[in-house]
Parts: sequence; structure tokens; C-alpha cells
Amino acid sequence: MSVVTNTTTIGAIEAPSRRNTELAMLAFAVAIPIFAYLNVGLAINGKVPTGMLGYGLGIGLLAGIAHLVVRKFAPYADPLLLPLATLLNGLGLVVIWRLDQSPKLIRLSKLAYGAFSPDAPKQLLYSAIGIALFLAVLILLKDHRILQRYTYISMAVALILLILPAFFPAVNGAKIWISLGPFTIQPGEFAKIIIAIFFSGYLMVKRDALALASRRFMGLYLPRGRDLGPILAVWAMSILILVFETDLGTSLLFFGVFIVMLYVATERTSWIVFGLLMSAAGAVGVATFEPHVQGRVNAWLDPFGCYKTDKTGACQQIGDALLSFGSGGTLGTGLGQGHSDLIGFAANSDFVLSTVGEEFGLAGTMAFLLLYGLIVERGVRTALAARDPFGKLLAIGLSGAFAIQVFVVAGGVMGLIPLTGMTLPFVAYGGSSVLANWVLIGILIRISDTARRPAPAPAPSPDAEMTQVVRP
Amino acid sequence: MNKPLRRVAIFCGLLILALLVRDNWLQYVRADELNSSDFNRRVLIERYAHARGDIIVDGKPITGSAKTSGSDFAYKRTYVDGPMWAPVTGYASQAFDATQIEKIEDGILTGNDDQLFFDRTLAMFTGEKKKGGDVITTLSGAAQKAAFDGLGKKKGAVAAIDPKTGKILALASTPSYDPSSFAGNSDKDGEAWTKLNEDKDQPKLNRALRETYPPGSTFKVVTAAAALEHGVVSGVDDKTDSPDPYVMPGTTTKLPNEGNIPCKNATLRVALQFSCNTVFGKLGVDVGADNMLETAKKFGFNAEQFVPVRANASIFPEKINQSQTALSSIGQFDTRATPLQMAMVAAAIANDGKLMKPYMIDQLRAPSLDQLSQTDPEELSRPLTQEHAQMLQQMMETVVKEGTGTKAQIEGATVGGKTGTAQHGENNSKNPYAWFISYAKTPDGGSPVAVAVVVEDSDASRDDISGGGLAAPIARDVMKAVLDSKK
Repeated sequence: MSVVTNTTTIGAIEAPSRRNTELAMLAFAVAIPIFAYLNVGLAINGKVPTGMLGYGLGIGLLAGIAHLVVRKFAPYADPLLLPLATLLNGLGLVVIWRLDQSPKLIRLSKLAYGAFSPDAPKQLLYSAIGIALFLAVLILLKDHRILQRYTYISMAVALILLILPAFFPAVNGAKIWISLGPFTIQPGEFAKIIIAIFFSGYLMVKRDALALASRRFMGLYLPRGRDLGPILAVWAMSILILVFETDLGTSLLFFGVFIVMLYVATERTSWIVFGLLMSAAGAVGVATFEPHVQGRVNAWLDPFGCYKTDKTGACQQIGDALLSFGSGGTLGTGLGQGHSDLIGFAANSDFVLSTVGEEFGLAGTMAFLLLYGLIVERGVRTALAARDPFGKLLAIGLSGAFAIQVFVVAGGVMGLIPLTGMTLPFVAYGGSSVLANWVLIGILIRISDTARRPAPAPAPSPDAEMTQVVRP
Repeated sequence: MNKPLRRVAIFCGLLILALLVRDNWLQYVRADELNSSDFNRRVLIERYAHARGDIIVDGKPITGSAKTSGSDFAYKRTYVDGPMWAPVTGYASQAFDATQIEKIEDGILTGNDDQLFFDRTLAMFTGEKKKGGDVITTLSGAAQKAAFDGLGKKKGAVAAIDPKTGKILALASTPSYDPSSFAGNSDKDGEAWTKLNEDKDQPKLNRALRETYPPGSTFKVVTAAAALEHGVVSGVDDKTDSPDPYVMPGTTTKLPNEGNIPCKNATLRVALQFSCNTVFGKLGVDVGADNMLETAKKFGFNAEQFVPVRANASIFPEKINQSQTALSSIGQFDTRATPLQMAMVAAAIANDGKLMKPYMIDQLRAPSLDQLSQTDPEELSRPLTQEHAQMLQQMMETVVKEGTGTKAQIEGATVGGKTGTAQHGENNSKNPYAWFISYAKTPDGGSPVAVAVVVEDSDASRDDISGGGLAAPIARDVMKAVLDSKK
């Protein structure tokens, strides 16, 4: 029975825990950002950066503690998720630190706020808190099914989180922040996880009703009106977010996640058709009367057409992002040697991928995208391996949200779709984003641990003994 | 639930795939286009990120670089004798882009050209600072100085060519500007730029390459060449059949001569010596518009020249009637020429009928002083046979010896030339342009220099303006400077 060689995460009996694999991967995930850090220091200042030792120790220590906790509290967890998140977070820190060194951004900041404070130390602090939250999830959440109990509480919390920003002033055209004294929080990042919990709990209960109680009409299964309720509610909510908070990304994300989870829960294609039709209707409707969204769409269609005339800066942002990608070329300029700081505002948050594009080049950017792809892939595998419907739905909801977010951000910055203000998970500067994504990875690891944990050995059956052939 | 899960996995895979494809499209397919886009400030930053290479004349740089601060540009262009060399170098400004050699050879000067790939790679390993390559010009400092000083405060231009190779030896234009004055991007640079652009005298105009003037009587050498080439006249000293005054065919308008000169049935030599409008007007008609156009084109008319800086096309009009042909053949009507073009005409004649392609960049040199490329002289065309060229040389030498161009004489050298006083303005209302084209040969028979000079709107009173009086002395000084420097 000990010859299990399958490489899937689907737990077979006595599946290897792969903790040592994880440790080896983590070593890479820590070493690569340290070298990148050294690289930036050498490129910009011509000497080994002074924070090298502290930075290396800090990130190594965080990764080490995380590993030990996973070893103790989730021994059968997927071995790739933690190293992937660590690598992305570490590289993100390096990129933010690199942008902190830009004289142009320092000058801009002094012009705008009268002072400049580097973002990398703050991001390091956020990362530490993020990893702490990750550990808290693993230690406190013994079983993801506990979350099922909080289905309707999470719905209420998610609604509040999503609606709150509407009451706070818009920052740079989008209302996605809550300001609490010196802190600003992007509740959308946390709502993404909480709403996935709500959908999982709700759909697990209602999936049969949604899937089976429907009438066939023109080859499609039309859901009953009362089942259509939640779908319409979510659609309305995403439109409201779009209208009142002018947050294209978040509304796209929620609606997308909901459709994916509905489809998985009910196995009915008709839900996708409805979803696409409704989102298209909503998007076109809003785009026709919302100038902020219109500007984004125009900038997407022809970034250089309005590059110099546009007053909102939307064209210039996307145009600058495209230019930095083009200037990176195949191999990039090398860390610290590009001019992605020309983007100015939001260079290290919404537009952080342009710095990656310019300084790591096509090769590096594809590697980044594939790292995200791998996280999504491990998430979907976790969903496949999970044995309970709630875990399956939650895992696919979280990985779907992650995939859609990466697509929306990267696609926006690269001009594939209209630009929306969202953060690239782990890499972009921002406390909410880092914290929320570490929690997301924590929950996925918890589900994967449950999924891959060996089933308890079946009790020896007395009947089996009886039917044995007794050779004379 | 596993079937929809697998489909969702495929969907997520497609999302990532779409991003990867888009990334390749941006960073591989469109990389060059975006990288060199006019919107891309990196182009400018890179242009001034390192000390630029230099433009070199007679082994000495006429440009330099100075370190600047306060913007994302590290270096600023400086110029030695900026106004004198501006028509050659063009300018490179942090705020206002670059022109001419500075722009055309930007890749070499910044060190980004593909030809410098090896140097860059080597510098990466040796840790050397990136440097730009140098552009070595064909120009002669002495000739340029003679031309610039000769023009002085007058408005005009000079182009001098080595007829044997096509090397440009001088390219002056006045009034000129100092490219240093707006090389940076401060407010002061902006003011200097605005002031230059608003100046009615157009100091930024490169008159030697980009301005076309009616060539006036200097065009008569082209008409003479066409007449010889197309067999209308066979000898320099044969009498032509030309009345004085000449009534242009199809009109009752008389084409007059300036002053009382012996033009009736004059020989080609005498006609050129005295610059007879009647003789050359009729010759043009006899040769025919098409044949005139053919010869003019062979001399380089009706085509832009790239030296490698672009020179505007000179014009000999197409589709004209006989009276227009007569006027065009004496360099009036729609005939227009750049100073470079007229220097090419003189050079082709001096080089026994072979017109060499003019050029002003001799070599491109890597920062390591390795030669990257060398421009080889190239034949552009043969507007006239050797025999006819030598006939024209005799005629032009007569002009300098005992005609209208005596002021161009140089002791110890054979000089041939042709004056021109081109009318311009409605009914000839404005001051005419004074032209002089010439070449000088050393006694050993070589022909090291051909020059064209034009002086426009001179301060001199109208009656004093003549090619022989105003332009010829400048041409003589330029030729002398070249001859002296060859000794």
C-alpha cells in the first residue's frame, strides 16, 4: 500500500505530506527576492544595499515560521501555495523598494504631499501582519467547514463592507476606500473572501433547487423566479457598486465569482448565459452614462489618440503603461534600470505590473503570470480534491476570485481590457490587499490539508476474515 | 461537481493564456514601435543619459556634452562655434528634440545603435561608462570659417563640394543660431527657442540645403551643357543664331539683356562671359523643354538629395511652353535651386562631366575609436561628356578671367565661375539675389573645390547687387581656404 506515486493533490491513503518539498521550494522563494534586492541595490547605487541582511533575515524568518506552522497545523497541505505566495510577496517588496529609490517619484511625492516616505518598509510590515493572519487562520480554523455556520453573518458583513465606501469621499475617481483616522482600508479585498464564504454556504443549501426546479425554454433551462432572486440581487449589487463607487473591477470580480460558483454548484450552463447577458447589459448601461467609466473605455480603445489632450489622465496612464511594457522588450532593462517611474502616480500599486514588464521583460512578466496561474491551478486542484461540497465551492470561489482579479488587473494594465483600479495580489503596494490575500491562501491551504489528509484506515471487517479461503 | 470544476479550470487557464498572448503582443511584436514612439520619454532620457558622442571636423570635435541636473536628463549638448556649424550639425535639445546629423545619427551618438552592440556588451563587462560613438564629417574648418565670415551679417548661404569625391567641404547659412542656446530644458532655453521661431529672418532655416532660390544666370551653364549635349551647338566659339532682342516664341514679349552687351549671334563663350539672356533664352527653346528637363535632372534637379541630411529638391519646371522654356533656361520663371544644387552643377563640370553624390559624413566611429562605417564616393550621374565638360570649363574660366566674375580670381590656381543676379518679387520689386558658382583647380590639374554662394536681400543698394560683386569674393575666400589647407 505504500507505493503511492501519484502527483495529484487528490489524497490517496498515506499520501506523502510533501512538507520537505515545500521547505525546499521556500528556500528558492526566499533566495530569489534576496538576489533581486541585491540586484536593485547594485544597479541603482552601485553597492550592496545596507538593508540586505535585515531584509533577507526578515523574509526568511517569516517564511520559516510559516513553514513550521503549516508543518504542525496543516501537515498535508498543498506544498506549492506557500512558496508561490512568498515568492510573489518577496518580489513585490523588491519592486516597491526599487520604486522608492526613484528620484522622480520622490520629487512628485514632495510636490503633492510636501514629504516623501518610502513604501517598502510599510509593505514589509503589512506582509508580516499578512503572514501573521495566515498563521492565525491555520491555527484557529481547524476545519474550513466551521465557516459554513457563518453563511448569513458573512452576507451581512460583505454587504456592509461593500456599501461602506460609498459614504467616504472618492480617491482619484473611485470610492473604494474607508478612512479610519490614519488608516485607509480597501474593504473590497476582504469582501472578496467573505462573499465567497457566503456563496459557498448559500449555494450548498440551495444548489438542488437551483439546478432542478427549472423550466425548459428554447433549449435553455430557465430558473424559477424565486431562484432568480439571489442572482438578480448580486447583479444589482455589482451595478450599484459600479454606479456609486465607480469601481469597475470590484463589480466585475463579484459578479464573475458568483457566476462561476453558481455554475459549479448547479452544473447548469444556462446560468452562465444569463450571467454574461446580464453583466453585458449592466456594463453597457453604466458605460453610457458614467463619465469615469467612459473615459476608461476610450483610453482602452485608443490610448495614444487622447494621450496629450485627455484631462482625466486615463489615457496617459494606460499609454505610459503600454510604453513601459514596450520598452522592456523581450529581456527587460534589468531591475532598477527602467523608467517605469514615468507612470508617476500609482506606479507601485495599480501599475506595479508595468515595472515588472519593463525591468523583467517579456520573460519575467510571463514568469509572473505563470506564478499566478500556478496559484490558481493549485486552488482548482484543491477544489477538485475537496471531499465536501462546501469546501469545493469555497476553494473554487477563492481561486476563481484570484484568477479574475489577476486577469482584470494585468489585462487592464496591458490594455487587453479597460483599466480598473485593482491591485495585483501580493505584488502591489497596499495593506488591505496583502492581508486579504494571505488570508485567502491560508483558507486554501486549510481546505487542501483537509482534502489531502489520509482517510482514517477502515476498521478491519470481521466479515472479511470469515470469507478467507483456508488452504489446507 | 467535478465536471464544471474542470471547465472552470479551463476557463481560468484561458484567462492566463489571454494575458500571456497579450504580453507577447506588447513586449515582442510591438516592442520596437512602442520603444521608439514619439510619446515615449525614454527616447529623450536615453539620448541624454550619457555623454553624447561628438561630431568631428578636421579631427577636432565641434560639439560637446555638459552635465546637468534638475531633470531626468543627465547631459546637455554644447557646441563649439554653434552658429557657424549649425547648418551642419543641426541641434539636439533636451526640450525640442533633434535635427539633421544630431537626429539622423542619434543611434551612433547615443551609443544605442545596433552597430555598437559589441562595444556595449564589452563595456558591460569592463564596467566602463556607456559612451556614444563619433560622427566624422567631410567638412573643412577653414572653408566653413571663410564661408561664414564671408557671409557675415548678410543673409545667404554657401555650399562647397570636392568635385572628385562629392565630399561637402562647407555648408554655411546666415543668419544662423546657436544650438547651445536651447540645448537644455530650462525656461531660458524655452525663451530662446520661441525667440528663434518668431524671428522673421528664420535663423533656423538651413538655407544651403532647404531653401530654393531662382538661380538666375548661374543656370545658364546648365542650358549651355544641354545645348552641347543635345547637339544644338557644337563648338564654344561657333556663332549662334540668336537675335538681339529676342522675341519669345508665341508672345510679343522681348527678352532683353542687361545693359549694352554684344549678344547678337554671340558665341557660347562670349554669351556666357557677358551673360546674354537672348542667347541662352533662345538656346533653351532650341534644345526644347523636354531635353532641358532631362539635362537638369541629370545635374540633380527635381530630386531631393540626402547628404544624409535631406536637401530640398531643386526645380526645373515640367510641362512648360516655349516662352516659359526661354525664361526657365535663364534661371527665371519657376526654376529654383538650392545652393547645394548649384555647387553640384559646378562640381560636375569641374569633374569632367561626372557628378559625384554629395555627402558630409565620412566615417562613423565607435567609442573605442574603431571605425564602424566609411562612406565611399559614389557616382550620381553623368550630365555631360568629358569633352563638353571641358568646353564648359573653358567658358567658365573666361568668365573669371575677363567676364563678370573677375573678383573670384586666385593667384596660382585656375578658377572658373558664373555669376547670377536673380530677380525676385512681383515685377522684380525686391532686391535680387546675388549668385556665384565656381570651381578652382590647382596647377597640377586637380579640381579640389566647387562652390555656390547666394546672398539674398543684401543691405547694399539695388544697383550694387550683382553676383560678381557680392558673391564672388566669398566664393574666392572659400576656394582659397580649401586650396591653402591642401598645400
